[in-house]
Amino acid sequence: MEFLRPTTWADALDARAGHPDALPIQGGTDVMVELNFDVRRPAALLDLGRVAGLTRWEESDGRLRVGAGVPYARLITELGDRLPGLAQASRTVGSPQIRNRGTVGGNLGAASPAGDAHPPLLAGGAEIEVESAARGVRMIPAAEFYTGVKRSALEPDELIRAFWTDPAPGPQYFSKIGTRNAMVIAVCSFALALDPGNARVGTGIGSAGPTPLRADEAEDYLAAELDWAGRGPLPDAVARRFGELVAGAARPIDDVRGTAAYRRHAVAVLARRTLTWAWNDYTGAAGRRAS
Amino acid sequence: MAVPVKSPGRVAAPGGGGVGESPLRPDGALKVAGEFAYASDLWMDGMLWGSTLRSPHARARIVALNIGPALALPGVRAVLTSDDVPGKKYFGIDHTEDQPVLAIGEVRHQGEPVALVAADHPETARRAVELIDVEWDVLEPITDARAVVADPGLHRVQQRGGIVRYQPVRVGSVERGREEAEVVVTGDYEVGIQDQAFLGPEAGLAVPAEDGGLDLYVATQWIHNDLKQIAPCLGLRDDQVHMTMAGVGGAFGGREDLSMQIHAGMLALHTGRPVKMSYNRYESFFGHVHRHPALMRYEYGAKRDGTLVYADVEIILDGGAYTSSTMNVVGNAASLGVGPYEIPHIKIDAYGVYTNNPPCGAMRGFGAVQACFAYESMMDRLAEACGIGPVEVRHRNAVAQGSVLANGQVIDSPAPLAEMLERLEAMPLPGVADLTDLRNLPGGASQTTHGEGVVRGIGYGVGLKNICFSEGFDDLSTARVRLEVIGGEPTALVHTAAAEVGQGLVTLKAQIARTELGIERVVIAPADNRVGDAGSSSASRQSYMTGGAVKTACEAVRARVLDLAGARFGLDDLTLLGGSVVSRAQGAVATLAEVLGDAVVEETREYHHRPTQPMDPATGQGNSHTQLALCVHRAVVDVDVDLGLVKVVELAAVQDVGKILNRLSLEGQIHGGSAQGLGLAVMEEIVVQDGLVRNPSFTDYLIPTILDMPPMRLDILENPDPNAPYGLRGAGEPPTLSSTPAIVAAVRDATGKALTRVPVRPEHIVA
Repeated sequence: MEFLRPTTWADALDARAGHPDALPIQGGTDVMVELNFDVRRPAALLDLGRVAGLTRWEESDGRLRVGAGVPYARLITELGDRLPGLAQASRTVGSPQIRNRGTVGGNLGAASPAGDAHPPLLAGGAEIEVESAARGVRMIPAAEFYTGVKRSALEPDELIRAFWTDPAPGPQYFSKIGTRNAMVIAVCSFALALDPGNARVGTGIGSAGPTPLRADEAEDYLAAELDWAGRGPLPDAVARRFGELVAGAARPIDDVRGTAAYRRHAVAVLARRTLTWAWNDYTGAAGRRAS
Repeated sequence: MAVPVKSPGRVAAPGGGGVGESPLRPDGALKVAGEFAYASDLWMDGMLWGSTLRSPHARARIVALNIGPALALPGVRAVLTSDDVPGKKYFGIDHTEDQPVLAIGEVRHQGEPVALVAADHPETARRAVELIDVEWDVLEPITDARAVVADPGLHRVQQRGGIVRYQPVRVGSVERGREEAEVVVTGDYEVGIQDQAFLGPEAGLAVPAEDGGLDLYVATQWIHNDLKQIAPCLGLRDDQVHMTMAGVGGAFGGREDLSMQIHAGMLALHTGRPVKMSYNRYESFFGHVHRHPALMRYEYGAKRDGTLVYADVEIILDGGAYTSSTMNVVGNAASLGVGPYEIPHIKIDAYGVYTNNPPCGAMRGFGAVQACFAYESMMDRLAEACGIGPVEVRHRNAVAQGSVLANGQVIDSPAPLAEMLERLEAMPLPGVADLTDLRNLPGGASQTTHGEGVVRGIGYGVGLKNICFSEGFDDLSTARVRLEVIGGEPTALVHTAAAEVGQGLVTLKAQIARTELGIERVVIAPADNRVGDAGSSSASRQSYMTGGAVKTACEAVRARVLDLAGARFGLDDLTLLGGSVVSRAQGAVATLAEVLGDAVVEETREYHHRPTQPMDPATGQGNSHTQLALCVHRAVVDVDVDLGLVKVVELAAVQDVGKILNRLSLEGQIHGGSAQGLGLAVMEEIVVQDGLVRNPSFTDYLIPTILDMPPMRLDILENPDPNAPYGLRGAGEPPTLSSTPAIVAAVRDATGKALTRVPVRPEHIVA
């Protein structure tokens, strides 16, 4: 197996173009598991760990640009205030060691429906910055990035450089079901982002469909129902209906981690609960979230 | 003799500390620092790597097997099939010998070894395995254990047939019991397949020896029983196979059966080169037996006050394709099938069956775990039916010293179950969860609740486990102890074949030598077969058996030293204490070093526990156990009843260990056993469909983390067993029994759901 170790982004793009069968590796928390289990035998590994710049994030013109190599641990400590939904999702990834290695870039590259970063990226309306040596930069909205089970819109000669997203304009929550209380792959998950300034709602469903999903109908319903201006209480019926619509948007299957029926039920509960927490935060109602 | 890198050497037990103190493990710091050499770290220059072709099918005939393409791969040194097994083609634990070394014309479970490769590089070996061309005739697997019991002739997985062992228990008359009973409760229970999930996968190194035999470095639980199976299959005499224990990364029963031992030996003998085999995690799930899954039907009758009158029980244990230790597992399930309760009329039918499901054998708790989940669930059901509390119903029926168990055996040492329950119930309860830290809530940091839907529940569980080998087995251990002066200091070398699997025997052997010989410095020799059989590190037996052997050997050494001293000083009231020879009348008369001089005093002793009897094949009656141990648990859980997620808030336990030899180690055993029981209660299961394992990885076979395992309150009692060394009672397994039913009972208490299957899954709770 060939092992390519570019140190500049330009060299990385050239290496990608020259080795379309190379598998990019960042933190290695997905790739190495697949190699160890002999699920994959790529002809080459393209190690992005030494590429300058991928581990930086910056804020410009009110948007955040986060390098594909920023590990989850830093998303929590450095961006927890600006991207609380993604930080909460990051906190649920693996163990501290894995959070020190694993990255959103890797999560996107693997495009597993169970990837924890996807729901908050969807809910927050993130865009993925990808690039090829031949065609340059392209921005892909998260909602268009996931095309199938472990498949994405990334072309064979492209690499993921960063994701762009707005600092949270309102409350964000991420919630994930696992059958143990830490270090668990999602049975299903849900992310919610409220944008009160624009009266918009963002959602992301994880591990309850062939790809991470948005619940469009639920978003529209909720955006119309919420009393954004008056910050009035959240009617129980609205929360319930929102949960039902989210469950309706899920396309779960039965597998070794859980049943489709349970997943559908659970995302409804998660949707209702995260909405309650977010709305309480927005309206200043009692029941501040636990840290 | 060439010795591999990372093979075990002598270990100086650090510090002091005799029996009853808590010296630290000699290997503890190494393990924490990642420097301990496990079997997978073994290395020898010039060694080859072995790899195994395993069946992808649960049941299939091998129509054709072509090794040509594998042999042709550069770097491949050998490709072997069953034709190449030099000696006996079958092996098995407990003289069962029904398991092919490599498949012969047919495979009977997924993962069954079919062929072996040795190559210069592990990756080459793995690629060569893929090049072996097998033409399969895939057959419908036999997977329904109940169907096998119903018609064993029709469902024959192998020549021996459908039923491994049927063991009935008959006490009194269940018919009469039915007439006397005022309350009847029934229940169907199911236990999924639990895995030992030890962290160090199977590994070892086979090195051709100068005498034509083999040096074999393996991580096992029982060197001499391995040897008995290995040598005949390799066509070697026992004395040609030199076994040395390599570093063991956990066992829990999963290393009682052979894994790579014969295979590596075959490859080494064939190639004349050292051969290392090291399974990865995936292969490990197919490389060892698991805990038997169980289907159980219980019917209890009682007086209205909860006093038990009769029990009518059926237990079906699925052993998979080969016998392994299923016979003994069935014996335990039958004799301990109703637990530590007095019941005048008992009918138990316990079966072990052959199927094409994953092979099952020994795992911590060994047949008693499955039954314990059922009988404890039944006690709660009975309490509810009688309108009394869970502790009261157990208290009312509890055994004590003098009680008769289901096998007719009278408990002849302390068994203070009633007192243990009282102490347990009196322990303070934990407070409400601190909601400001998500980790205290069901779902943990995954943030599924901020308190919504969370309901607290409390449950109790009681377990009774036999200690040491039962049913007439001549259970023994051997120890060699040598005392001499090294560098001016009297030093004992303790040599046994007993496996240190993490339980702390290596620490305990030194403690015993210090106490018995009145010295500080003890060196522990590596376990090997240059000393006699120690039996298995299982059945909670090594403190008792190898502890007993070391104690006895030390006593023999001490007697000889005191003879020397007695002759020199003309005294007959001598003992060894604090490095000196001490007269009761005159005090210290000489240092031990002075008395020993250049002498080397060495003694080897075998230790046997008092004999047991087989169970009567028709009635199950017989004094089949040598010692019995009790543990009781109280579980406090918070359940998110909307999502079915469980947080075990606290486990409290009372266990009677007879004598605390090392409190630190003992508490570790109780914590670990309780954690393993927690795993079975709420997460651990090998999921099988049509005989195929669906989750052979730690991604999907979940074991408890530090956020799942709560703090424990322990109350450890010391009511000595007069038959056992120091009065001790084996302690490793009992907590594994009782924590599972306690946790499930607590979840029932919170949810009101029946929950008759473990592990409990979220969908069972929200259904």
